[in-house]
Amino acid sequence: MTLPGSSQPQAAPIAGSGDVLLEVRNLAKNFAAREVLRHISLEIASGEFLTLLGESGSGKTTLLRLIAGFEQPSSGEIWMSGERLDTLPPYKRRVNTVFQSYALFPHLTVEENVGYGLQVSGAAKPEIPGRVTEALQMVKMQEFATSRPAKLSGGQQQRVALARALVNRPKLLLLDEPLSALDANLRKQMQGELKSLQRELRITFLFVTHDQDEAMALSDRIALLKDGGLEQVASPREIYARPATSYTARFIGQTNLLRAEIVDGVARCGSLCWNATPSNGAALFSLRPESIHLSPDGAVPAGAVRFRAVVRQQIFSGSSEHLELDLSGQSLRVRIPARGPLSGEQEFWFSPADAVAVRK
Amino acid sequence: MPWRSANDIEMYSRAYKWIVSTPPILWVGIFLLLPYALMFAHSFWLVRDGTIVHEWNLENYAKLFQNPVYLEVLFRTMRMAAGVTLLSLLLGYPLAYYMSFHTGHSKDLLYQLVIVPLWVSYLVRGYAWKTILGSEGILNGFLEYLHVTSAPVSFFLYSPFAVVLMLTHIYTPFVFLPLYASLEHIPRNLVEASHDLGAGSRATFLRVILPLSLPGLLAGATFAFVLTLGDFLAPLLVGGPSSIMIANIVQSLFGTAYDWPLGAAISVCILLLTISLLVLTERLENRWSFR
Amino acid sequence: MKRSSQLNRRSPLLAIYALLVFAFLYLPIVVLILYSFNRDGVGGFPPKHLTIAWYRLLFTDSAIWDSVLNSLLVAAAAVVLSLTLGLLAALALDRATFPGKSIFRRLVLLPLILPGIITGLSLLMFAVLRGLPLSLVTVLLGHGTALISVATTELFAGLQKIDRAQEEASLDLGATPWQTFWRVTLPNLKLSLIAAGLLIFTLSMDEIAVTFFLIGRDNTLPLEIWARLRRGITPEINAISTLIFAVSVILILVWYQIRTRTTGKEAHELLERP
Repeated sequence: MTLPGSSQPQAAPIAGSGDVLLEVRNLAKNFAAREVLRHISLEIASGEFLTLLGESGSGKTTLLRLIAGFEQPSSGEIWMSGERLDTLPPYKRRVNTVFQSYALFPHLTVEENVGYGLQVSGAAKPEIPGRVTEALQMVKMQEFATSRPAKLSGGQQQRVALARALVNRPKLLLLDEPLSALDANLRKQMQGELKSLQRELRITFLFVTHDQDEAMALSDRIALLKDGGLEQVASPREIYARPATSYTARFIGQTNLLRAEIVDGVARCGSLCWNATPSNGAALFSLRPESIHLSPDGAVPAGAVRFRAVVRQQIFSGSSEHLELDLSGQSLRVRIPARGPLSGEQEFWFSPADAVAVRK
Repeated sequence: MPWRSANDIEMYSRAYKWIVSTPPILWVGIFLLLPYALMFAHSFWLVRDGTIVHEWNLENYAKLFQNPVYLEVLFRTMRMAAGVTLLSLLLGYPLAYYMSFHTGHSKDLLYQLVIVPLWVSYLVRGYAWKTILGSEGILNGFLEYLHVTSAPVSFFLYSPFAVVLMLTHIYTPFVFLPLYASLEHIPRNLVEASHDLGAGSRATFLRVILPLSLPGLLAGATFAFVLTLGDFLAPLLVGGPSSIMIANIVQSLFGTAYDWPLGAAISVCILLLTISLLVLTERLENRWSFR
Repeated sequence: MKRSSQLNRRSPLLAIYALLVFAFLYLPIVVLILYSFNRDGVGGFPPKHLTIAWYRLLFTDSAIWDSVLNSLLVAAAAVVLSLTLGLLAALALDRATFPGKSIFRRLVLLPLILPGIITGLSLLMFAVLRGLPLSLVTVLLGHGTALISVATTELFAGLQKIDRAQEEASLDLGATPWQTFWRVTLPNLKLSLIAAGLLIFTLSMDEIAVTFFLIGRDNTLPLEIWARLRRGITPEINAISTLIFAVSVILILVWYQIRTRTTGKEAHELLERP
């Protein structure tokens, strides 16, 4: 299949089974004079778990609502399996949503909630109970079939919402921060279940979250949004190891941003200098805290950048130590394996390959 | 009177609680409970030779059920109340639905436009209808002006229709308010969820919005029904002999007919009917509100 | 965040219907006002010869103004009476527990939903039993008692919005309960009190069903109008009705503004549940 509009600079190779399921072309949305989405182009592969990650106000939920059909785009198009989607009302799209606050119908029982989509879309009557039971089994909620949502805990409501959205067998499932209302433990558990459910059902998931750990744990690819624009689209490993921008580097994990000057292939930042590829001029590098090592901890490989710095602060967190270094006025964050108190000046090193040039 | 301890409100001393609760309890006891009790007592007394005799008996209630006039009027009143309720809902529900789901910035203004007639004098509004519907009235003048009719039509005024029309005008805002409140309380993502699951506007209305607005609908209907049930002014203003309602009978028994005990007995019936309706609808409302 | 969404699609039929309902609600009032300026009296169409003669007549009609004065007196006293008792009742419902509390709550609110004739007649029997002559005092008794229901609901809603920690802080800082009441509770309730007062005033000025049975020789304004209606209708009644309407609208809108400031837009608990 040829894909027009795939010249997006940030676009990374698509994961999943390969075929493009959903294609967002140059999509924009304004609320009054405010630009909420700025010309987004994105492709989602069939069977993929794609996460829209961003801070509140980044436009991630708006993008989801445009795909669901709750909002109309100001410009641009949405296509699904060769069919124009954005001109259809929400109830004609083969897309279902798990809402942030679940949006279970309070006047219906669990099984009525799950059966709702089948009933309104005119599924064959005798088929309904079986499919409802099947969906409830999938989320292990069959014993609550006759309860009302108000009687359920947050995690249970979450499961029902999932079953309700899946019973229609959508091609694409939209999940709008579905885990944000759960406490930390339950959240971890649900993440695991979501992921295995997605693998089992081979349904494409488009997941919205502001939690980068959650995005890393679940996704095949992450699309990071900032101020209504796509910042980077890549797999979790790639986006962490190779952030394209300083925003990405700071948003995903922690990092040190080094403002360097490059002259003839050598980057210089204060007393540090290393070989770098970008052309001459000012450049910004991201250096992850765990990429900086304490020299006495092991062999220092050849070509490593060595430097001495004062340990200004040390915070112990079980398996690791978080250090704050003072390198002649510049502050560096470092994470090393736990190794007991440190003080004064120490020698550290990092590999030039770990200093990733990022756009501003 | 021994006070039970209140765990959540222990910061207020016993004396504080005494001081705030005693005066209203006493006042309400003396000027509300006692008069209602007196009404109840009267309904078991008699009038003999033009004075009320405090002899306990059930004759007043027997009269009520033996004389078909009373029951007939009671049933007519209930029919009219049902009519007012239905018409108010027919006017109030679409208005509330429209305002809640289809208006944006003008919502607040429209809301104020509804509550203004709600609190504006019953008499002023009733009087307005009298001037419109009368045989010399404005509606007749208007119809003659348009040459629809050539002579005044008198059936507008002094008919049950006029009473129902006037009371519908008065109670539509009453019906509107709880309806609107319950529609406003429906989380909008439920409507989105319904669309998302494949339901169109019609199915969403019937399966989600209507069921969730039932408590408000019930509250509004109760208002209209109960208040019409005890109304005696509308028939006097715009009704005629054919639209006498049960409260008019009470009023005349307390006035010219001077049979307070019988009037009290009918009042007790209205009161009991009202209270049982309130209890019933409260139960239903609780069952239908899924918070 | 408020989103303009798909749900707010235009629906012209519904809009027209809503417009018609508004027309139904306002047309009688508009007609009433229009005919107060009609020289040839109430009736006939279209109104001709606009005049303010009826207002002139009205201003020289001393019986009307006597009744206005009576109504003002009763309304002012009813505001004081029902606000005081309503405030105490609201405090009691919010903060005290006592046997029969839920019965008390229902009883206080009963006049709000009960037909006026029942409350009016009950108080009439009470007055006759106690040998109280019917006068403006019995009318006040009726209004004051019936409108406690309004004061209680409005002030209870206001109390619910007060953060109880404020009062705890006051007590913690060494203020006595009495000082706390005057310096913390009451100032917090100020707007609610004004709003409730306005509402009670308006309702009392307009009250007719309860007043009907408790009135003595001195008429309140609605009863004076009622008495005149029996003698036939004149544009003078339209004129006074127009004035009542204008004053009510002003009071209601002021009330609404204060009310939304104290308890938020949708707060109309008074009538959301009977």
